[in-house]
Amino acid sequence: MWKWLHPYANPEVSYHFAGKLLPWLTVLSVLFLSIGIVWALAFAPADYQQGHSFRIFYIHVPAASLSMGIYLGMAIAAFTSMVWQFKLADASAAAMAPVGAIFTAIALITGAAWGKPMWGTWWIWDARLTSELILLFLYLGIIALHSAFEDKNLAGKAAGILTLVGVINLPIIKYSVEWWNTLHQGSTVSKLGKPSMTMDMLWPFLFCFIGFILLVTLIICIRFRSEILARNSIRPWVRTLVLTQTALKENS
Amino acid sequence: MNPRRKKRLTIVASILIGISVVAGLVLYALSQNIDLFYTPSEITQGKKDSGIKPSVGQRIRIGGLVVPGSVKRDPDNLKVSFKLSDMKMPISFHESDHMVTVYYDGILPDLFRESQGIVANGRLTRGNSGNLHVDASEVLAKHDENYMPTELADAQGKDYKKLEYSDKQLDNKN
Repeated sequence: MWKWLHPYANPEVSYHFAGKLLPWLTVLSVLFLSIGIVWALAFAPADYQQGHSFRIFYIHVPAASLSMGIYLGMAIAAFTSMVWQFKLADASAAAMAPVGAIFTAIALITGAAWGKPMWGTWWIWDARLTSELILLFLYLGIIALHSAFEDKNLAGKAAGILTLVGVINLPIIKYSVEWWNTLHQGSTVSKLGKPSMTMDMLWPFLFCFIGFILLVTLIICIRFRSEILARNSIRPWVRTLVLTQTALKENS
Repeated sequence: MNPRRKKRLTIVASILIGISVVAGLVLYALSQNIDLFYTPSEITQGKKDSGIKPSVGQRIRIGGLVVPGSVKRDPDNLKVSFKLSDMKMPISFHESDHMVTVYYDGILPDLFRESQGIVANGRLTRGNSGNLHVDASEVLAKHDENYMPTELADAQGKDYKKLEYSDKQLDNKN
């Protein structure tokens, strides 16, 4: 059933496949993000109570969802690496960790910038904010473990264990606003079929959201490729690749 | 699936299940403490499942909706008082709701409105009439998850004016 996946276990095949995706991802993410951001910041109507401050929503919500989405991707990679001893999965987890950490930081910073004028405080130790901060620390721990060992297989194992243990934090973040009293509001857009905003506010959000997903995939692909090269630097195909690239550069 | 993989899968899966059970139990045990605030009915009646009630003199956070018509402001300074009742959807208010009055001296957040969610941080005290109230040192606005364009809010006749402060009120702040 999974036979079609087998060629991608080869680092060389995966490297070239990720390379083929790059131009598409670049064009599409630039397209979606430029439409989405301009629409969101300049044309979407202002909120009746928050005025223009609400526009931070268009960065904050995609960043926060992606901080969890990337973690989930990393956890799946860690799981496959642990059960099937599949080395490329470790490379992809290592490629995802810093991107996820940055998006978590973006979510926390934009949230604080919105919280000061709207709530009246930069930070409060409520369940949502605290669990998102824990997510940032998990990411930092995973990044540290990936670079703490000389042996990349060992590093992948150690980081994978932490990643899987940390998965428990994802449902806590997601449902914190429903399980407990928090200052943070409930979810606006993920209510099935009935988002709590009008369509002219929702459309730019969808563009921004898809744009950010594409951007994240693009960055992860680039990082994944360099992880593959770094981990296979003694292999002949990497040597030939580097030699032909340098020869091409010198000729031009 | 070969036996080695199967074994690893069982180990990883059982560790994950173990962790989730532990985390679930910890969160269940802590659930009273993770709540950010008490609702007005919890202050007067105690929490629903455990009956825990904050005692007079304790520093607490209270969260609820500002009861329309209950906001009293001093024209000379920033002293303000308002009543809070439990948040419920859809928003409605009754005479019989459990209410707790909050006293505050300071500038309220921009989103402070009647029937808006508020979280106040302060000391629980008992007034002369025997009613519980909160002397707040901090008032935060809790925004709900609804966003609405200005035109639509106008069309629905929503009142969303910010509080205004006179120079006299602002001069007397300490």
